[in-house]
Amino acid sequence: MILFIALPIISAFVQSLFIQHEQVLIVSQNCGPFGCSEVTSIDFEKTIKLRQDAPLGKYNGINTYLNRSHLAFAEVGNAWSASETLVDFFNEVFNLPLYGALAFTLTYTAVVTPLVLILGFSIAIGVNGLPNIMKGPSIFVSLLPFLVTPLVGSLILFWMVDGDGIIGATIKLIFNDPDLSLKASTALTWTMLIVYGIWHTLPFSFIVFYAGLQTVPFETLEAALIDGATKWQRTIYVVIPHLVPLISFVTLMLLMDNFRVFEPIVSFSAEAHARSLSWIIYNDLRESGNPLYGSAGATSILTIIGIAFLLLPVLIRTWKDFKLKGH
Amino acid sequence: MQTQAKTSISFVKGLSFCLVCLWLLIAAFPFAWSFWGSFKVQSDFFSKADWMYALWGTNTIKETGSAFTSSGYYGAWIIKGFWKNFTNTGIVVFFTVLISLTIGTLGGYALARSGFRYAFWILMAALIFRAMPHITLVSGYLLPFFEWNIWGYLPTTIIVLVAMNQPFTLWMLHSFFLNVPKDLDESAMIDGCNRFQAFRYVVVPVMWPGVITAGLFSFLLAYNDFTVTVMLLSEDNETIIPAINSFLGTTQVEGKIMYAVAAVVSVTAPILVLVLFFQRQIVSGLTAGAVKG
Repeated sequence: MILFIALPIISAFVQSLFIQHEQVLIVSQNCGPFGCSEVTSIDFEKTIKLRQDAPLGKYNGINTYLNRSHLAFAEVGNAWSASETLVDFFNEVFNLPLYGALAFTLTYTAVVTPLVLILGFSIAIGVNGLPNIMKGPSIFVSLLPFLVTPLVGSLILFWMVDGDGIIGATIKLIFNDPDLSLKASTALTWTMLIVYGIWHTLPFSFIVFYAGLQTVPFETLEAALIDGATKWQRTIYVVIPHLVPLISFVTLMLLMDNFRVFEPIVSFSAEAHARSLSWIIYNDLRESGNPLYGSAGATSILTIIGIAFLLLPVLIRTWKDFKLKGH
Repeated sequence: MQTQAKTSISFVKGLSFCLVCLWLLIAAFPFAWSFWGSFKVQSDFFSKADWMYALWGTNTIKETGSAFTSSGYYGAWIIKGFWKNFTNTGIVVFFTVLISLTIGTLGGYALARSGFRYAFWILMAALIFRAMPHITLVSGYLLPFFEWNIWGYLPTTIIVLVAMNQPFTLWMLHSFFLNVPKDLDESAMIDGCNRFQAFRYVVVPVMWPGVITAGLFSFLLAYNDFTVTVMLLSEDNETIIPAINSFLGTTQVEGKIMYAVAAVVSVTAPILVLVLFFQRQIVSGLTAGAVKG
């Protein structure tokens, strides 16, 4: 198990230190009746041999991390000195691939997570209040968006928001703008992806909260009722404190899942407007014929570091809990 | 005062009821719509004139003579060879579930009975795998696999999927076996069974609920996976999800997007059936982590 986690990370790290070979060039003189010209051509045999001998490529140290498609310190510095206002600066920076992807990934995570928490909780309370006979079917329906393959689920939505699809056509009608396309503008693409994200992850928080609601002690609720608490007050002061551990668990899971958002971007073909960190790696590896292992490796390592930062507080707390339980 | 409190309660109730209804509509409608639409022709499902065409199938009747057509399914399954991808998925899913459950039950039982507190470390491993974008792991696997010439084959993918899935399965079954009373196998051993017999005759009959839940989640992981399969499988060995992805490119150009719609609906159907039959297990699996902490 450790083998399967640790090895790929090490492998990605090693790959990130190398850069693919340049093609071997031959310069030959081509002499014709009107004088000689120098012709540069690619020596395919030598290139292939070089690639076979050292598949990793040339050693490049941490330069890959610093180049334009990753941390890009030089470009950020330039942007800082060249741009007049902060807005200019950020525009400049978010045009760099890594920062652009980071911006989308973080926005997506930051918007989807709280919304899913709140909506999931409200729906859980709503379903809890339904008559028993309706609970089963509503849970069944609710589970679908979560369990269906992300790629497939987002495709279904994508076809609906297509210019000729039902939602897309309706939106056109409402705004009376036949050229309106959800895919054309950055803001609308982001909104679309975020809406999809909420649709897809809402069931998870709903189910967990719903299960949690079943464990709320009845006596406490009754006591609060006798003390004259309204339904609203009972929810705020009795139910929510009881669910705090669940809330932190769901938040953790949502953060992890949202941070690696990937499939919707592929199936919405939204890469022109929104790229996530995962998508960048995918794109590097998909580079036809000549995958950029070095670049993908570097982004992978940076992503892992990002996740470590995100999860560190939670991990420390779990460790402390574990030690408390152990003694 | 009394009446006021009553109306406000019923107002809140009504509001939350509306919210639930709205959510159920949002959750179910896309599936119903795509299912209905998959039996139409493209000019209905992506109607330029009027979205109601998709409901009544105006153009479908014009083109095929009936309001329903299975040409999308015929195109996807027969012409585009989707059945081959489906077989591949079947193989991958079957072996992933089988291997992870075998390791999971044996390992989970051993860990649960050994007394040492492994739980934390397994949980951590499961958490790390859950947290890491699978693509970062795949980017690490890819180059070695090319070098060893094992890229593109189904067994390689199965091994990777099992590896990604194992910590979670192990943790789930480990906590399940912790709940199986120790007295059960101890009394069997006093009656003269050895450790293995105790496992075979006493623990195995009671372990199915846990195994089914763990199996369901392995199934979903393997079935739904896109990242690993799209990277590690060659075109001949593609499973359904990457196949749909490559469909998109070709069918859009050919104007046969209904093939892709039909394929998508076919992929969703097994999951629907699964949820229908195993809803209880899925819910208990989803909440197991949360409630036990």
